[in-house]
Amino acid sequence: MSAFLAIVARDLRLGFGAQGAMLTTLLFFVLAVSLFPLGVGPEPQILARIAAGVIWVAALLAAMLSLDRLFQTDQEDGTLDLLAQAPLPLGLVALAKTLAHWLTTGLPLSLIAPLLAILLQMEADAIPVLLAALLLGTPSLSLIGAIGAALTLGAKRGAVLVPLLTLPLVIPVLIFGVGAVEAAAYGLSAGPHLLLLGAFLAGALALSPFAIAAAVRLALE
Amino acid sequence: MALAVEQLACIRGERQLFSDLTFRLAPGEALLLHGPNGSGKSSLLRLLTGFLPPAAGRVLWDGVPALEDAEVHRDRLQYLGHQDAVKSQLGTGDNLLFWARLYGLDPVAAVKEVDAALEAAGLQRQRDLPGRYLSAGQKRRLALARLLLKPAALWLLDEPTNALDTAAVAWLGELLAAHRAKGGMIILASHVDVPLKDARRLDLPEGVLT
Repeated sequence: MSAFLAIVARDLRLGFGAQGAMLTTLLFFVLAVSLFPLGVGPEPQILARIAAGVIWVAALLAAMLSLDRLFQTDQEDGTLDLLAQAPLPLGLVALAKTLAHWLTTGLPLSLIAPLLAILLQMEADAIPVLLAALLLGTPSLSLIGAIGAALTLGAKRGAVLVPLLTLPLVIPVLIFGVGAVEAAAYGLSAGPHLLLLGAFLAGALALSPFAIAAAVRLALE
Repeated sequence: MALAVEQLACIRGERQLFSDLTFRLAPGEALLLHGPNGSGKSSLLRLLTGFLPPAAGRVLWDGVPALEDAEVHRDRLQYLGHQDAVKSQLGTGDNLLFWARLYGLDPVAAVKEVDAALEAAGLQRQRDLPGRYLSAGQKRRLALARLLLKPAALWLLDEPTNALDTAAVAWLGELLAAHRAKGGMIILASHVDVPLKDARRLDLPEGVLT
């Protein structure tokens, strides 16, 4: 447990730092969403109609932004070799790093999303659902994304390859995430959508550590 | 506690680096790997850590195949590769503190151990200096200081003298001697002379043991 927390704490420090993932991810997210009112015009009905989709797509892309560095920096300076020799299974090492990635990207991104939802004239009732959906959905993005990051270790164009590998796999998160918000906006129950997001997260949480560990092990050879 | 390597072979990128490599290592013994660039010294070390699967042969620990149970095997060894694994954004002390916590030391013991390791490496004055301001030799010393944070029977060291000055090489010699005096084993790859007394020598790629 001490080893798990040590990795999370170290990656949080690196992530919140000046060269960390958090600042770029948040700035990209805010900027990408605020471009839409400028692009499609300020009509409230149109903005309210597209708000959920815009926020979710921007969140998806923002989460991809720093993923290629998740294991790469550790591989470049030799840390990954030693993490693989740490007294905890490689799957848990991967889980610790992924948790830190989510805490520095997915979590702040989810917390700022309600403000952007107001900017896009989203229904007030739908905003808490958006927050809940993002909090349930973004950990899946980090987990599935980490598989892509581990698979592209050592590849020259990792930054491009990770989204290409990962985005098709996280389409369910996008569909149910947007579905939950739209259901709430139309006064329907968002419950089923949120449950499906939760189920997807449970599956990703159970399976992706094994996939990440296998991919990292290949990169160590 | 003994390491035995039997008829080990390694293939990298469809090229056979070495084959039929056999040696044993008893407590307190050291093995120096010699050979030209690309003869498989680093690959042999990575193979013994379990990163690389051997193409043929076995690695035995006390007569039991060692690489199958990775979780047991990794606790027996400390690996030092070409790279120093120093995070440029973290301070020198924090770099070591991370490894101490990772190796399971509790917070109080970790700080104490890190203090001792920094002093041994001659890096107390750099304690709060971020890793990016360290010289190549200081980074190497920091990487060597990490060896003190986890007791392990077998040290696998890849070119540990890289970038070290003469004083640091002498310190490395003391480290190695102290480890062997406690019954530790060392396998070390190096091009230059390392202060290692009565070490056996393995010439790669032929696998001649002297």
